[in-house]
Amino acid sequence: MAKTIGTSVKRVEDPRFLRGQGTYTGNLQLPGMTHLAVKRSPHAHAIIKRIDATRALALPGVLGVFTGKDLIEGGCGPLPVGWTVPNQKTPDRHALMPDRVRHVGDSVAAVVAETSYIARDALDLIAVEYETLPVVTDARKAAAPGAPLVHQAIANNISYEWELGDQQACADGLAEAHIVVEQELINSRLVPNAIEPRACVAQWNAPDDLMTIWTTSQNPHPIRVLLSAFTLKIPEHKLRVIAPDVGGGFGSKIFHYPEEVIVPWVARKINRPVKWVGTRSEAFITDSHGRDHVTVAKMGFKRDGTITALHVTTWANQGAYLSTFASLIPTILYLGCISGMYKVKGVFGHVFATFTNTVPVDALRGAGRPEAAYLVERMIDIGARRLKKDPWEVRHKNFIPASEFPYQTPVAFNYDSGDYHAICDKVATLADLKSMRERQAEARKAGRLVGIGFSTAIEISGYGPSKVVTSIGSALGMWESAALRVYPTGKVTLFTGSHSHGQGHETTFAQIAADELGIAVSDIEVVHGDTGRVQQGVGTFGSRSGTVGGTAVVKAAAKVREKMRRIAAHQLEAAEEDVVFDQSNGTAYVKGSPDKAKTFFDMAFSTFTANQLPAGMEPGLEEQAFFDPTGLTAPNSAHIAQVEVDPATGEVEIQRYIAVDDVGNVINPMIVEGQLLGGIVHGVGQALLECAHYDGNGQLLSGTMMDYAMPRSNLMPMVQTGRTVTPAPSNPLGVKGAGEMGTIASTPAICNAVMDALQIDHLDMPLTAERIWQAMQ
Amino acid sequence: MYPSSFEYYRAESVREAAKLLKQHPGAKLLAGGHSIIPLLKLRQTEVSALIDIGRIADLRAINGGMIGACCTYAQVAAAGGLPAALTEAASHVGDPAVRARGTIGGGVAHADPASDLPTVLLALNAKFHISKGRAARVVPAIKFFTGLYETALKEGELLVGIEVDAEARGTGSAYAKLENPASRYAMVGAAASVTIANGVCTAASVAVGGLTTHAWRSKRVASALLETALDAESISKAAKRIVRELPDDLLGDIHASVEYRRAMSQVFVERAVMAAAARAKK
Repeated sequence: MAKTIGTSVKRVEDPRFLRGQGTYTGNLQLPGMTHLAVKRSPHAHAIIKRIDATRALALPGVLGVFTGKDLIEGGCGPLPVGWTVPNQKTPDRHALMPDRVRHVGDSVAAVVAETSYIARDALDLIAVEYETLPVVTDARKAAAPGAPLVHQAIANNISYEWELGDQQACADGLAEAHIVVEQELINSRLVPNAIEPRACVAQWNAPDDLMTIWTTSQNPHPIRVLLSAFTLKIPEHKLRVIAPDVGGGFGSKIFHYPEEVIVPWVARKINRPVKWVGTRSEAFITDSHGRDHVTVAKMGFKRDGTITALHVTTWANQGAYLSTFASLIPTILYLGCISGMYKVKGVFGHVFATFTNTVPVDALRGAGRPEAAYLVERMIDIGARRLKKDPWEVRHKNFIPASEFPYQTPVAFNYDSGDYHAICDKVATLADLKSMRERQAEARKAGRLVGIGFSTAIEISGYGPSKVVTSIGSALGMWESAALRVYPTGKVTLFTGSHSHGQGHETTFAQIAADELGIAVSDIEVVHGDTGRVQQGVGTFGSRSGTVGGTAVVKAAAKVREKMRRIAAHQLEAAEEDVVFDQSNGTAYVKGSPDKAKTFFDMAFSTFTANQLPAGMEPGLEEQAFFDPTGLTAPNSAHIAQVEVDPATGEVEIQRYIAVDDVGNVINPMIVEGQLLGGIVHGVGQALLECAHYDGNGQLLSGTMMDYAMPRSNLMPMVQTGRTVTPAPSNPLGVKGAGEMGTIASTPAICNAVMDALQIDHLDMPLTAERIWQAMQ
Repeated sequence: MYPSSFEYYRAESVREAAKLLKQHPGAKLLAGGHSIIPLLKLRQTEVSALIDIGRIADLRAINGGMIGACCTYAQVAAAGGLPAALTEAASHVGDPAVRARGTIGGGVAHADPASDLPTVLLALNAKFHISKGRAARVVPAIKFFTGLYETALKEGELLVGIEVDAEARGTGSAYAKLENPASRYAMVGAAASVTIANGVCTAASVAVGGLTTHAWRSKRVASALLETALDAESISKAAKRIVRELPDDLLGDIHASVEYRRAMSQVFVERAVMAAAARAKK
């Protein structure tokens, strides 16, 4: 059996997806199914004076209308947070808001009916009387004196303040700098827009007291914990949460959402299955958004380009409430990454996290790390421009040398491995940077606005150990579990707590198990996303699945091999220490005698017949393992973009894009390539197109696909990709995580290229044609 | 997305459609559905009934310069013998799925200010054939587009076809637009048709859309092109006239302000005329 890790095994999940045979939550049909719709606030901030459902209840086919009061009196608790930093103020957020709404889309009432059409008609018949209140949408303005208060009891709308770094070292660094550049940067708010809108189905089985919930989640096990302990309060052993096929998440499906409480609560109330399928319009105003920072940054440079210090003040918009992991994002994941790939002594950051009358903000692909990379990469370019130095050389000058890994940054993280000079040299070679520069000079001479932009970026992934992560705010450990069930005939089911919603785990996890056990990928089925089948789990986010979930598979496989080896030793009448398990073909034999091997089938079947097992060994073959990471991984990137700006219109054309990424070892190159390319386009979307625009009344102006600009394929040239590999030392697979790197690196690469084309310091995103045109006037 | 309930009728002929329209006050016509269905699903509009005219064979054919109202954008884009600006614009509406279902008649009757074809049809001086029962009338493009989502169509009337002249030798047309990055509708659309004889421009027609409340004709650019050689310099000079000529009630939004669109009108008029002139000179 040839090793499959490192080969592009075709995705085993694709045939069902390509044939339209996936099982999505919205596809579920259960006998007696009813349909739920949610009445949402049209106002950004208002007191609910009165809700009158009389006319809705009179509509034939309507089974019930429920409000926040009903849910609270019915025992539902507020939605909890999964991350808490010191002095964090966490306001109550109910699945249905009982007395006040704080963003457009906030949920007010739910109606359940025989059909989805009747439910939707009934929404229009629920009369809600509001008293509207003043609105604030901007993170920095929210903290200013006199701003409307989103939560009466929370002064200045500040949920928490958070600092990281050495303030004195930073001040010293700025003092010794030859120049200090200062810039305000706005990191625009993004709407996640997974292709499948959120959905939830619940079925209450009264005789067994058993609730089953299907939900579009990236992590059904933690959702079950939250439902059981905080919101729905159904005992965990009586609660099954299934996240079946899920059409993309990008972080937005990590969180515990109101509908996951409302739908099962109503299902139990009316004792019938209930389905809610969110519309795209609802997704825009209810899925947690991403980014939305206002930052003032100062970076000091010596005359030779050495960075002496970085000082950061950021106002992070949290939206109307704290979403599940809101306070993880602008704290450790953001400030922890602001030194990037550079060796800078004086780094200090201060964050004000504020409430506003907008959709809650939480993790979105990259989650804090794109904000950090954008900040540091823009500041370096501005500094290089002032110093009249090549931004490429300024980066080179400041990289952490390969000899210094593992490297402790001045802000929290200990980078595991990397060779930053090598990755940059590789991307320069791949791009043929020298001739690229020459051709740019020629084009500029001819009056064409051609720009070249660089970015380097670091991601922090697969973080642990749980003891450390919980000490800085997490309510859950960062381990992952795997179990391998070996059937008598030698076929295997792999149960993982990771969840695949586009990542291809059914293929890559099978590859890991296949190589560890010496059997074929086709002999392994991967089961995920079901608390009723998978023992335990944490889930998929932060590019952690391969690193943490994959390692749990490696550990479980080692236990299987060990049991098999002992069985073989017993049957071969050899000493256990003399018998080896051969991972190349799944056999076990006495060292030097592979001709007399016990096959995988032989050993598996023995655990079934249980007649030739060593004394005291239990029959059956099912092994489980948990992996708690000992540290973290630091995937890293170096990207180059070339753009041309149309001087007449300000439109940007991306002419070349070259990306080299170090994601450690690669399990499936095709899948990793797909993740990186998708990530790159996602980040380009932020640079040029995407932005959630709120008006002064808190209305989301870009609330449909007609106004929210997503990147399309014609935006991109063919992307040239390359890879460097510095294996992660903290896990046996040597993998680092690949889901977010592209997004983190591509946003600043494009912005830097456009600024280079325009020969200016800075423009905020998105770099629309008009914004660029205005800058040229 | 769930629309509120409505009745649905399918007309097999233009006469039946007219009859159904008469029988159901407040009914709307359904052709490709790419304007009305999204509005219904978002509940931005409600109708008592939809009368489906999308399967009336007479309305789905292109005969010479006569384009049936229910011809899809894809059909128009692929048709031979139509002016270049029209096939060019039709091939850039939305995406392939939209072009496969959306119809030219449905689009112009909806008269979205940002849609492409009204601008082109105005520049081409198209004629709009309208029927009501046994009565019929023909309205020139300049009188068809009357305002924001407003046309010359009256209650009970049905747009049956749009007639354009074939392009003779020496005539060329083109369409250029600045796309909305999300919807791909025009933020600024410019269409031009020019005729050249003995090296001199003898006829010119220029229209813009996207930034105006409805397809809007520029007389000053057209007149400035006449008698020129349609060289780059004279086209550039003529295009400049659009900026001041435009009406005051221009449209702007989060994607492009009024100021920007006004400036871009000159750029895209110039591009459209340049491309039209190149075709005329072929």
